[in-house]
Amino acid sequence: MSETAPLLTVEDLSVEFRTRDGIVRAVDRVSFDVRWGETVGVVGESGSGKSVTALAIMGLLHPAGRVTDGRVIFRGVDLLAGGEGQRRRYRGRELSMIFQSPRTALNPIRPVGKQIEDVVRRHADLAGTRARDRALGLLAEVQIPDPGRSYQAYPFELSGGVCQRVMIAMAVACVPALLIADEPATGLDVTTQAAILDLLKQFAQERRMATLLISHDLAVIGERSDRIVVMHAGHVVEMARTAELFRAPRHPYTARLIASTPRPGATLGDLKPIPGGVPDLRGNLPPCRYRARCDRAIPACDEPPLPRVELTPGHTVACRVPL
Amino acid sequence: MGVPLLEVHEVSRLFPVRGTRRWLHAVDGVSLSVMPGECVGLVGESGCGKSTLVRLIARLLDPTGGRIVFDGRDIGTVPAWRFARAAERAWIQMVFQDPVDSLNPRFTAFDTIADPLRRLGVAPERPRLRDRVWEAADLVGLSRELLGRFPHQLSGGQQQRVAIARAIAVRPRLLLLDEPTSALDVSVQVVILHLLADLQQKLGMTYLFVSHDLNLVRLLSNRVLVMYCGRIVEAGPAEAVFNRPDHPYTRALLSAVPVVDPGERRPRIRLAGEPRSPVEPPATVCRFYGRCPEGFERCEREMPALRPIDRDHQVACHLFESRPGTTLGE
Repeated sequence: MSETAPLLTVEDLSVEFRTRDGIVRAVDRVSFDVRWGETVGVVGESGSGKSVTALAIMGLLHPAGRVTDGRVIFRGVDLLAGGEGQRRRYRGRELSMIFQSPRTALNPIRPVGKQIEDVVRRHADLAGTRARDRALGLLAEVQIPDPGRSYQAYPFELSGGVCQRVMIAMAVACVPALLIADEPATGLDVTTQAAILDLLKQFAQERRMATLLISHDLAVIGERSDRIVVMHAGHVVEMARTAELFRAPRHPYTARLIASTPRPGATLGDLKPIPGGVPDLRGNLPPCRYRARCDRAIPACDEPPLPRVELTPGHTVACRVPL
Repeated sequence: MGVPLLEVHEVSRLFPVRGTRRWLHAVDGVSLSVMPGECVGLVGESGCGKSTLVRLIARLLDPTGGRIVFDGRDIGTVPAWRFARAAERAWIQMVFQDPVDSLNPRFTAFDTIADPLRRLGVAPERPRLRDRVWEAADLVGLSRELLGRFPHQLSGGQQQRVAIARAIAVRPRLLLLDEPTSALDVSVQVVILHLLADLQQKLGMTYLFVSHDLNLVRLLSNRVLVMYCGRIVEAGPAEAVFNRPDHPYTRALLSAVPVVDPGERRPRIRLAGEPRSPVEPPATVCRFYGRCPEGFERCEREMPALRPIDRDHQVACHLFESRPGTTLGE
């Protein structure tokens, strides 16, 4: 396995959901890659398709959802072509995920230590006291005080921050090559949020673990990612290295998103809202789904297909009139 | 300096801990004052008692001890159940975090906004009632066609506008904002913040803005109160607290705020361990002792009081008691 090839390549991934009110095109021809050891941030408002993309990569989509097109290549293997059996070989071992609300993601009626042990037994082929020791070791690694006592605790007895640490312990138990973290710190206090993100960073560095970090918070993404993927209404609108994206955003939506995010030194007058809302993803959509909110649109924007332009190496934008 | 609109003196609220005879000190001897026309920010982590404090001030909860004085009147003695129908109810209104939870799903937007007007007898009948509802809807930028809709037919931003319209319909003097934008997307959040700033100007309202998002509090507030474990640990002008935080907890809190621009980042101060339990905490130990990177022997012997360190700036920390060169007043 060559390490110069990306660890994960998502190519033209499209996902649809069947609902009573019609088909929702939640993710449309999304492409990006994640290299070994790097942290890629995915940012967008609710309904932008960031979580659906993550679940499609993991093969954990809701039954109403269907991947209609595209490839998800992980370590050279197309996960979508291989079926559930193949996905199971990777999921939990080399490919892990943590979720936004750890308390709902954990089993409420099983001690958290046992839940970590379950993962270790299944994926690391450990048994008996060795599995238990490994679970205790993991609790210590995610810096939970008094692992022996926490092992016996049920999720409701632990704070949100500690539950998220338990989730991380389960996710990193088998030293995955890629961790997908979907809003891992949302809803937690700033100090806890920073501690959780620090912990993820520490694992990423120590074990050369790549991270796909998903958040609606541009500040979190900006602080923690090497590269950023900006999503809007199921499309990737821009992709660039972090510093470059903030210094010179090229898609009008990215620029608006940056301008609407509170930052130190900015006054309320400096913050500009983004006009309009995320379009209804049912029915016929224009090639550019930002069209109705955009103040730079030209008639050519209504002609398919949506362009994908590489402006400088590594900096791509899906816009006919980039900034 | 004028007369404060709201004065809270040594207010406490204890809750019994189920299955024991012990008490949880959610709010413990808090004093603060809010001047008319100010926006005061209240920050702190979950479990620090900020929501309990706001519910005490909103008179949804009764204090265990202390006084709550609004415009010279002691409103803390009126039991919460009676306050709900008192004329004073109209003075203090509240906007809650999640409009999905705070709006009645079976009320149209019109009925939601009309409800407090009817109950408090401000405008009991149409057409007066209709005019007041329309006026409130216009103020928050909610188009009148939307007034017939139920919450599930409105977007998140529209729902929060309904919640704000309901709160301002009775023309409160103090509006308590409990995380009013944290359930919204950034693009909508900015719109609601602008709306709140406009309304404050137009109606001359006073705000108490509660949030765990320090970047937001900074945008709207003139003054900031930092709460930790049931007590206020720092209070001062927003500029001073955000740019030169003094209390070790405030410093740690600010250093954890994610910042986009690498040049703006402060070195992170990591706090060890978990916060102290609020169940009958020892009265002579600083609540932050044990996590505080600068704690010393005195912090374990004596609870620091909130003392002025500068004009209008107070800190509850022993580090500042004998700080040389500190002059009070001008």
